[in-house]
Formats: sequence, structure tokens, C-alpha cells
Amino acid sequence: MTIHLSILLFWPLLLAVLAGLSPRGIAPFIALLGALVPLAYAVLLLVDFDTAARGLRYATDDKWIPDLGIRYSLGVDGLNLWLVGLTALLFAASALWIALRPPERAKLFAVHFGIAETAVLGAFLAQDLALFVLFFDLMLVPFYFLLGQWGGPDRVQAAVKMVIYTLVGSLLMLAGAVALAVLASPGATPDFSLAFLRDNLLGDNTQKLLFVAFSLAFLIKMPAFPFHGWMPDAYRNMPLPVLAVFSGVVSKVAAYGFLRIVLPLFPAAADDWQLIMLILAVCSILYGSIQAFTQTNLRLILGFSSVAQLGFIVLGIFALDDGARGAQGALLQAVNHGLVVAPLFLIIALLAARSAGSEDIRDMGGIAFRAPVLASLFLIVTLATLAMPGSANFVGEFLILLGVFNSKLAIALIASTGVILASVYALRMYIRSMHNRQGPAVTSFEMSMGDALVIVPLVLAIIAFAVFPQRAIDAGEPAAQGASQAVTGAAR
Amino acid sequence: MTPKAPVIDWAAMSPIVALAGGACVVLMVGLLRSRFVRAQVTPFLTLVTLGTTAGLAVWQWGVNTEIVEKALAIDDLTLSLTMIFVAAGIGSVLLSWRSSAVVEAGEGEYYALLLSSILGMVVLVAAQNLVAVFLGFELLSIPLYVLCATHMRREHSLESGLKYLIIGSVGSATLLYGLAFVYGATGSTDYAAIAGAAGDLSDDVLLLTGIALVVAGLAFKASVAPFHQWTPDVYEGAPTAITAFMAVATKAAAFGVLLRLFDVALIDLAETWGPALATLATITIVVGNVGAIGQSSIKRMLAYSSVAQAGYMMAGVVVSTRLGVRATIFYLAVYALMNLAAFAVVLARERETGLGDHITALYGLGTERPLLAWPMTIAMLALAGIPATAGFFGKVYLIQAAVNNDYGWLGVVIVLGSAISLAYYLRVIAAVWMRSAADAPARPPLATGARPAIAGGSAEATEAAARPRGVVHVEVVVVAVVCAVATIVFGIYPDPLLDVARDAGAALTSLV
Repeated sequence: MTIHLSILLFWPLLLAVLAGLSPRGIAPFIALLGALVPLAYAVLLLVDFDTAARGLRYATDDKWIPDLGIRYSLGVDGLNLWLVGLTALLFAASALWIALRPPERAKLFAVHFGIAETAVLGAFLAQDLALFVLFFDLMLVPFYFLLGQWGGPDRVQAAVKMVIYTLVGSLLMLAGAVALAVLASPGATPDFSLAFLRDNLLGDNTQKLLFVAFSLAFLIKMPAFPFHGWMPDAYRNMPLPVLAVFSGVVSKVAAYGFLRIVLPLFPAAADDWQLIMLILAVCSILYGSIQAFTQTNLRLILGFSSVAQLGFIVLGIFALDDGARGAQGALLQAVNHGLVVAPLFLIIALLAARSAGSEDIRDMGGIAFRAPVLASLFLIVTLATLAMPGSANFVGEFLILLGVFNSKLAIALIASTGVILASVYALRMYIRSMHNRQGPAVTSFEMSMGDALVIVPLVLAIIAFAVFPQRAIDAGEPAAQGASQAVTGAAR
Repeated sequence: MTPKAPVIDWAAMSPIVALAGGACVVLMVGLLRSRFVRAQVTPFLTLVTLGTTAGLAVWQWGVNTEIVEKALAIDDLTLSLTMIFVAAGIGSVLLSWRSSAVVEAGEGEYYALLLSSILGMVVLVAAQNLVAVFLGFELLSIPLYVLCATHMRREHSLESGLKYLIIGSVGSATLLYGLAFVYGATGSTDYAAIAGAAGDLSDDVLLLTGIALVVAGLAFKASVAPFHQWTPDVYEGAPTAITAFMAVATKAAAFGVLLRLFDVALIDLAETWGPALATLATITIVVGNVGAIGQSSIKRMLAYSSVAQAGYMMAGVVVSTRLGVRATIFYLAVYALMNLAAFAVVLARERETGLGDHITALYGLGTERPLLAWPMTIAMLALAGIPATAGFFGKVYLIQAAVNNDYGWLGVVIVLGSAISLAYYLRVIAAVWMRSAADAPARPPLATGARPAIAGGSAEATEAAARPRGVVHVEVVVVAVVCAVATIVFGIYPDPLLDVARDAGAALTSLV
């Protein structure tokens, strides 16, 4: 069973190249095939995965560049299993959306889209630090092109801003990764494999420096307050199907990076910096929520709500409570947030089509009246976003807060206001766009079969997840505990 | 009494002989009357010479011997750099083939000068003797001064040649002065003897002054800041094929001699010159990257970018370890590929659009000419050090070398420099993909009137040279595509290049 992950990883890239060489008309469908096969694969993985087992499954570990000590090493465990599934699902949904509404220069679009999926999957699957950094940085390139060529009016500036912002962090991480590997293997060829680095931790002071380099990269990528400067422009201009996967999975790579790399490799530093990270997380929650209910552009409402949600995820990761509940909740919430935010961005496109192209909630209103199915789907997703009891998001946020209550009570009390704020901005968004008096330019109509084909499965996935969150929690439990207890065990 | 002839190791000398012989043959053939022979046979013979040199270098791989009374070391370091020179030469010949500069200068002279410059580079990087260093240095430089001015009626080109001549001569003089000081302090011109004497002279003013002057002289050639000022002007004015050659081969030669001089002759003083060179590297990275940001001429931008890249490679010299040598050689090879690809695209657009090397010449390239757009994109991403290109591993290797010898901060400088560099590399990519040809101004943005007249230049010739020819020559596209493909291939499977770099590093036995 070792070959599987390489196929999963490189299939989208392969089909992207094929799409680039194929006639224009069929390129989006090749891209769709490139996204559907990984989805099927990921579902197989989810079904086949034995939640009781610990350690890596389906591992691939080969020599790649011996001179530099880089190995081609992939593997799945509870930490990335569901995130891989999420990636495959969101890319498939987005690819379907694109196949139904082919953009201009569809071949080129398909090429970048496929590269993006491979890069994101690679970042999730990599079990070698250099490989992770490689995919993490590579991720940016296709999104730069997708934003810069198919985006809104300020696309070029937004794309450059996004790349420079995020690459400053990523490149520092690159230097940090090289330094980490070199220092961990003195006098020998450096070894980047995560397993080796976990067993050869560095001294406390070096850990602190490297912790900063890695955390900065991840916090910028998320984005978390105060490193979100690139986010509004990028979100305002990115094409919506791309934004759906970007917001859905790329930010999760950063969250995953904390669990996979930062906590296990820098336990002493993580323990030292815990309070600062928690404060940053609380700031993200409060700032993101407040921004989300003052903005009127739907993309920005969701963008800032993502800042707040990722604040919750960071909060959970750095709860570092004894039962590792916070980390489990963070992992679950990472999947949940991806599941809800992607359909929301696609729904924005549907709403904009009904309000003369405007994505501003002031121009909307009354759309629900003639589009009941759309309204119900939107409502389900909105309720999941605000973590309604009964949704998986509720379980996630509950676990996170439980974890923080156990470790840092004061922080937890402040953070829990974020839950209330979430319902304010989510309901405001829903009511202003779907209910109220009909906007002057609004011509509402029901969603088409094609749109339903994309959004209904996503909503079904949300419902399924709400009903059976236990499977994801079970799978993630040992891995999240491992990551969290690497810190709590080492430090206390 | 019959004089005893010296023993000559013809086998080891063969790459040098091939280059020298080839240069003479090309020069002679260029004197023939036939238009066909001059335009087609001379470049072909040049390519044959370069191919032969490469073949002989492969043949001599791993022999590691010293020739001419130990003045020249034909080892894997020399030979790997020779490969880079040959690659740059082949690229340059292909780019020059149908260029107007070659016709103006005379085909035989042009290609013969190119070959002699490569010969100078080989001698320079092989040199283990101060005299040989200077010999190689001048043999490299003098043909280049001429080649820069081969657009003989274009003011830019003449200015470029003149500027390079003057500043290059100052560099040569400084170097020579420094070499004399080193000789004066150590009493020898031979690297091995210098290394033996230098260990006891670590606070000798004469020697340290000499080293400082040598560094300054070589820094002129490598365009290391603050000795880089000539670079943008010369790169911009020289014919693009020559700019590509200078950017790639001259840089490699300068780093070759730096590596051998500092890691063999002056290795015992590493603690003295290491921090100084590290400071130079930092200044170079900052100056190059900041200077490149505002440039609208792509050749000027690439000139500043080459300054910045010189700063990165300096890190490999600073650390004075084998790992450092390996990282530098690897980076030089990768750097050659990405720059050749970029310059080939610039040249193609110069000929096609008449907008010169202005960034607007690239507008709409993505939709019009994907075969040029992708190489440019890959070259820019690789120069910025984005993964899945060879530039990424080049940077990783350099950072590894830096961290490995306690220069971790230099690694941080490298990545911060790369972060700044994105601002201008992405600008090129944005021009290629995110602008349409309709955004470009209709008139070529040439500022002819603003320049002072230079003897022999004429505004008409400058205009004529900029006239669009509306065609894309196939060999230019081939250079761009081949280099770009190689950049990607080595970005995914860098092992072959790493093996070469390892052998080159092993050639310097003075290092650990």
C-alpha cells in the first residue's frame, strides 16, 4: 500500500499538464478528472484508515537528494487524514464549479489549479521538513497566477502583496528549517526527516529562535492578527472558486504546520511562548469578529470571520491542556471551517448573480423569497459557521474552549465572547442578504441544477459531519495528543 | 649540448589548447570573402570548438593534475567551471548568430574574441600562481571590452564598452597592485608557497593590504558591491548576447578564482578575511536587491539581480569549507541556466518588438508566445528561489553551507534578500501574464536625445538597431526553452549537478 500517496499527490499535477496540452473546450473537464480521482482516493483512505492504529500509515520513504539530506517521505496519520480528505473534497467541488462555468484561458487556469492541488496535498502529506517547506512555498505560486490573471480589478497589486507578505514568512521558515536540520546533525549530512528531528531536539535558546521563524510563516499564511495585511486585497480580488479552496485549505496548512512541526520540534519554546500565542489568538478572534460585523462586502465578512475562526484554532493548539482537548478541537475545527467557508464563497457568487454583480450586502436583501432552496442551503451553512449546537463546529469550539478553560481560565473567558460575536456577524450576513426588503437591483431566482450539484454535496458533507463528528475525533485523537503532549510532557 | 625540452602534459592541457586553436581557426576563417562562410561557418566552428572543449573536459574529469610548473591546476573545480563557461559560450553563440552586432564587428573577430575570453576564464580559474591569475584576468577582460562595443555605431554599446574598459582597467590595476603586495609579503607567487608562508603573517599589514586590494580587484569582475556600479550601464548597453555571456561566465570565473585563492592560498587566514567577505556579501545582497526594484529596463534589472546573486554566492566563499565550494559551484551552474533563459527571452523580444529591453516589451507575452513566456516565468521564479526550480536547492545549499560554519546570520540575510527580490521578479512575471500587449505604449520608450554624444555613435544607428524585425528566431527560443527545462529538471532531480559540485569541492584538498 505504499504507492498510493504518490498517486494521490501527483495525479492533479499530471492531469494539469494534460489539460494544458489539450484543446480548450475539454481542459476544465480534464481538471475536473484531476480533482475527482484524488477525492475518490481520499474517501478510500478515510474508509480504510484504522483509527485505533498509531503512527504513520501508507508511508512512502525514499532517498531523494542525499547530498542535501532531503528524503521523499509521505505518510498519513490522524493529524492529516481528514485534512487531506477536506482538500480533495474542496478542490473537486471547485473544479466542478469551474467546469460548469469555464473561465477565459481555461487551459492555463486548469494548469495552475492542478499545481495548486498537488502543492497543498504535498504540504499535508510531507513527512520531511524540507519537503514540507518546498510544498508550502510552492503553494503560493499557482495562487499568485490564479489571483493575478483571473482576479478582480486590483488583481496584480493584490497578488504581489500576497506573495511578498507570505513569502517573507516562508523564506524565514526555509532558513529556519535548514538551520534546524544542520544543527540537529552536527558533523554529518543534515537530516530533514521529521522523525529524526523529533528525536534530536535542539537547545532551548535555538528552539526559541526557530519557533519564531516557523510561527511567523504560519501566522502570516493563516492569516492571524496582526499579520493579515495582505488578506483584504487578496480576498476582494481572487476569483471565487479559487478563493473557496484558498480560504478552505491553504489556511489549514498553516494550522496543521503548528501541530505537525512547531509543537513536536520546539516543545520547550512552545511552552515558553504559549501565553503570547494565546493572546495573539484572542486578538485574532476579537479583531476578526468585530471587523466581520462592520464590513459590508461579503468576501471581507467571510475573510475576517476566517481570521476569527483561525484564532480559535490557534487557541486550541496552544491550549496545551493535559487531555489535549484543545488540540483535538483545533484539528476538528480546521476541517469544519474548511467545510463551511468553501460553500459560503460559492454562494457569494450566486448571490452576486442575483444582485446585479454586487457583493455588498447593502445592495442585497430579499433574495430568499424567490430562491427557497438556495436560502435553506445558505442557512444551514450559516448556522454551522456560527457553531450552532448540533453542528460539528459546535463540538470543535467546545473542545477548544474546554481545553483552554483547563489551562488558562482568563483567556478562555475572553475567547468565549468570540462565540457570541460569531452569531452576530453570521446572522447579520444572512439576514441582510436573504431577508429584509428587496434591494433595488435584486432580481432573485432559484439556483440551477448545476449550482446545486456543487453546493448540495458540500452541505451534505457538513450535515454528515455534524451527525458523526466522532469518527474524525477518533482518528485525530492520538495524533493530536501526541503533538500536544510533546510539549506538556517535555516541559512539565 | 642539446637543450632539454620541458615535459608537457598535453592531455591535461588539451581543453586550453582546443580553445586557443579554435580561436585562431575562427579568426582566420572569418577573413574569407564568402558571405556564407562568414555568417554560418564561423559560428558553427565556434560551436565545434566549444563542444570539443567540453568533450576534453569530460575526458580529463577526475584526473586532477597540475601543469606548467604547477601554475595551472586542471582539476575538477577548473573543469566544472569550464563546463559553465562552455555552456554560456554556446548560449551566447546561438544568441549572437543572427545578430546585427556580429555583422558590424566582423564575424571572425567576434567569435574569436568570445573564444579567447573563455580561454582567459579557464586560465584564470585554473591559476595557482599570481602571475597566471593576472594573465587569465586580462585575457578574460580585454576581449570583453571589445565585445561590449560591437554594436559599433550604437551609442549605448560604445558607452558600455568604454565604461567597461575604464572601470575594468581600474579593477585590473587594483588587482595587480594587490598581487604585488601579496608577493612582497610572502616572497612567492605560487599558491602552495603562499599558503605555507601566510600562516605566520596573520597580522602583517603588507599582506592584509594586498588581500584587500585583491578582493577589490576581483570584486569589480564579480560585480560585488560597492564595486558594482559599472554593471547596470554595461549590461544595458552591451549587445544582449554578450550581456548574457558576461552575466553568466564572467561571474563564474570571478568566483572560481576567489574560491581557489582564498580556499587554497589564504586558507590559514580564513578568520581574518571571512568576516570581511561576509560583510561584503551582506552589502552586495542589499544593494543589488534594492537597486533592482525600480528598474524598467530588464537588462538593468538583471544586472542588479546579478549583483544580488553574487552576494548569495559570496556566502559559499566566506565559509571556506568544501560544502561552501560545492554550494557555490552548484549555484553558479544553476545561475547560468536561469540567466541564459531570461536573456534569451529579452533578446527575442528586442528583435521582435522594437521596444528594446524595456519591460513593456514583455506585455502580453503569455498569450502571444507561450514558448517564450514560460521560460521567462521559470527563470524569474528560479532566480527568486521558488521551489520546484533549481534555484530553490541552490539557495538551500548555500544556506546549509552558511549555517554549517557558524554563519547562520548570513543565511538569514540571503532569505531576506530573496524576499525583497520578489518585488522585481514578480513584476516581470506580471508583465508577461497579467498585462496585454494593448497596455504597452505605441512608441518605443527610447531616450536618445538625452544622452551626450559619443565619438563614433550615431542616433540613426541606434534607431536602426531598435527597429522591430517582427520575427522570433528559432535558436533563441531553443536556448530559452532548453535552459528553462533544465532549470525545472534540476529543481526536481538535482543529483547530477550535485555530483559535479561534490567532485569540484573535493578538488580543493586544503579544505575540510
